[in-house]
Amino acid sequence: MTTLDTGTTAPGKKRALSFEWLGVAPFIVFAIMFLILPTLYLVGAAFVDEQGGFTLANFAGLGTPQIVAAYWISIRISGASAILGALIGLAIALALIRGKLPSGLRAAVMTFSGVASNFAGVPLAFAFISTLGRLGLATVILKFVFGIDIYKAGFNLLSFWGLTITYLYFQIPLMILIIAPAIDGLKKEWSEAASTLGATPWQFWRYVGLPILWPSFLGTLSLLFANAFGAIATAYALTGSSLNIVPILLYAQIRGDALQNPGLGAALAVGMILITGFANVIYLVISSRAERWLK
Amino acid sequence: MKQSRFWAWLVFGIGAAYFLIPLIATFEFSLRMRRGYYSFDSYASVFSDPKFQQTFTYSAVIGLLSIIVGILVVVPAVYFVRLRMAWLRPYVEFLTLLPLIIPAIILVYGYIRLYNSSSIIPFTGSAVGTDILLTFAYVTLALPYMYRAVDTGMRTIDVQTLTEAAQIAGASTPQIIGRIILPNILVAVLSGAFLTFAIVIGEFTIASLLNRPAFGPYLQNIGANRAYEPAALAIISFIITWGAMSMINLLSRFAPRTSARTD
Repeated sequence: MTTLDTGTTAPGKKRALSFEWLGVAPFIVFAIMFLILPTLYLVGAAFVDEQGGFTLANFAGLGTPQIVAAYWISIRISGASAILGALIGLAIALALIRGKLPSGLRAAVMTFSGVASNFAGVPLAFAFISTLGRLGLATVILKFVFGIDIYKAGFNLLSFWGLTITYLYFQIPLMILIIAPAIDGLKKEWSEAASTLGATPWQFWRYVGLPILWPSFLGTLSLLFANAFGAIATAYALTGSSLNIVPILLYAQIRGDALQNPGLGAALAVGMILITGFANVIYLVISSRAERWLK
Repeated sequence: MKQSRFWAWLVFGIGAAYFLIPLIATFEFSLRMRRGYYSFDSYASVFSDPKFQQTFTYSAVIGLLSIIVGILVVVPAVYFVRLRMAWLRPYVEFLTLLPLIIPAIILVYGYIRLYNSSSIIPFTGSAVGTDILLTFAYVTLALPYMYRAVDTGMRTIDVQTLTEAAQIAGASTPQIIGRIILPNILVAVLSGAFLTFAIVIGEFTIASLLNRPAFGPYLQNIGANRAYEPAALAIISFIITWGAMSMINLLSRFAPRTSARTD
């Protein structure tokens, strides 16, 4: 085989080499034009003042109360929906895989998770308005059948908890999809070995199961955080521009220079990249470490 | 033992309730347009709206273009990286992950400022230019998924042997990619395509900020102005997403496998 190899490639080596580059070039040009340059341009613009000189004032401008509040509520919503999504997703995945539920159920849940994790954006907002809005089915049933008026009790769909509950609709399925292979990686022999040695199921999970799942859990948690932090369509369709989260503030800035300073807009964007980038780096580092258990 | 199964059912039941109730509620709400009894009036109203047809067609066309451009960009790159340029692989993988790290709203902000009408490549200077930019933006959004689908597909076939056999038979490189490799990974490419379609069809942020008459901004506009149509549209969108995902599931059963060389 090796002799054949050299035999066919040696005469046409130069031609093959240029073909390689021709094949990869569109991808590289594409990535530079539509991923790298636009991002670098914004990073550069964040350091430029309105006269075109170098400045750090744009980043100082991020300290204004409105912007700090926007970052804070964004971080809280992303954090809450990521933590709840990860915990609930883990519980459902564990119930499905380790809870001896019928095996057909697992395939159904996986398919549904694929759909629900992509069912984000504007239609998701509509679905939750029909469910938990003032006239939503769940709101009405809770009020007239159970006598619980959630809106009188202080709930509002257009608020922190409303948005968090809505985001969970794509966060939980994403967690299930990513964590399921990790749970599959928990070999049956381990729990058998543990119980042979006299461990209770609780001890097995406390000392074997959860420590192995922990890196995957943390990694997916940061992915979910980034996922929620950059999301805008659902929030915008749900609340219009009334909820002051970073993506909506940035949307208003792009639409009509709401901050009245393009440099500050760029700095706002760079702040977002730093936060989602940081969360994703954590995910990549942890998931590459977690993979060694899944072989 | 019995107890653990009880807890499993309980967790599953609560989860199922959380995921099914919004769908049921939305469907119920979409039927309430006519006072007093259930009807499909809101669906009739949606389908007869010329704006619905126009924006949906527009988004579907942009989605198809994005799929074609995506395949043209990704397949050759993955092929050559697999075949001869393994050292490029980590860089290519990193690039394909970037759209997950950089939110869509940041990308479109960069496009608008970088490719404005007074720049060297004035994409946003004309309607057609903006359509092209929107297509490229969607290719970018779908890049992580398209790349992974194609890469997984190529892992299951023996790229080396197929290439050598085709070369001996006198095929040129474009012929090898177009007529040997592509048909062999068609199922994987189609999975990527359906996923791209599901992501693109109702996309709001980029289409809205580029001011294009797409389905996502239309949905948002209906949501702000109508009562029952949004519920109908949510059900329609769910069915589209569900359709795309079940196509992927269905296709994965037909995936061809030539066992890859292990050396």
